Amino acid sequence: MDALDGNAIGGLLREIFGAEMTTASATCATCGSTGRVAETVVYLQAPGAVMRCRVCGAVLMVVVRRAETNCVDLSGLAALEPPLQPAVC
Amino acid sequence: MAGTAVRGRLTWQVATVGSLTDETSSVRTIELEVPDWAGHRAGQHLDVRLTAEDGYSAERSYSIASAPGEAVLITVERLDDGEVSPYLTEELRPGDEIEIRGPIGGYFVWDGTDPAPVLLVAGGSGVVPFRSMLRHRERAGAAAPVRLLYSARSLPDVIYRAELDKQPGGVEVVYTLTRQQPPDWTGHRGRVDAALLGEVAWPADQLPASYVCGPTPFVEAVASSLVSLGYPAGQVRTERYGGAGGT
Repeated sequence: MDALDGNAIGGLLREIFGAEMTTASATCATCGSTGRVAETVVYLQAPGAVMRCRVCGAVLMVVVRRAETNCVDLSGLAALEPPLQPAVC
Repeated sequence: MAGTAVRGRLTWQVATVGSLTDETSSVRTIELEVPDWAGHRAGQHLDVRLTAEDGYSAERSYSIASAPGEAVLITVERLDDGEVSPYLTEELRPGDEIEIRGPIGGYFVWDGTDPAPVLLVAGGSGVVPFRSMLRHRERAGAAAPVRLLYSARSLPDVIYRAELDKQPGGVEVVYTLTRQQPPDWTGHRGRVDAALLGEVAWPADQLPASYVCGPTPFVEAVASSLVSLGYPAGQVRTERYGGAGGT
């Protein structure tokens, strides 16, 4: 299976954060670059979901479901900021 | 967890299957009757969850194929080694119930309020969210001119062909057929590359909105070609599909 992008876990992230997160800004704790969650690299074939930085490839987020609980590791993120207002296109 | 719904949090709900429409030999559109549907934006998707008798469950995301305000439609391509798509395209019958949650996503959406020209580039079943956008454009009376460049393996693999061929003024649909062309085919052949995009895409100085959807290698190639044509890298909206859908 190919690498996907952050759109693929929009439902999972809403389950975890209670908000639309694909338009949130994610800042990589490794290289400092900032991009939309939708543009991050996402792998779903791992045990759980893995989000990586599109610039440097570092792991940003890992979500593993255990029984009924989502275990979320955000240590690769320096910041995760939802947009202040809904995105308008 | 049932009964503990938090505002803003999405919950799984049961949808009833309505009509089924075969789009191509491997692609089917499924109408879903969802009692508590919150309404969607053009370009959003929903998640489908199938659970086996032994408790094993699998989730997949599918783009919504209908415009905001229309009945919820998803279009599913059968992947022969898939866990979910063979069931959805071959076993599902009207009246069946499946679990869904949605609508999902706020990035790969087009609301039709911006008059800037729109470029849509689809690889295979990546055309699905664009059908929602095109229907929305017509229903909302949006003025933005739209060009859709659609890469498919062959003419019989083109999804929504009848609908795409009778688009209203202001919408141009350009096909490229990558593997097989009819003998009298006068359209484009081969994969979407910088030369074809240079021909079809709006010039970057018109500040177009751009959306690219398809399998990951297709999206990466198209997005980097658009950047080489002067499209700002951060403004090409992309959505990558898994599986081995043909382009």
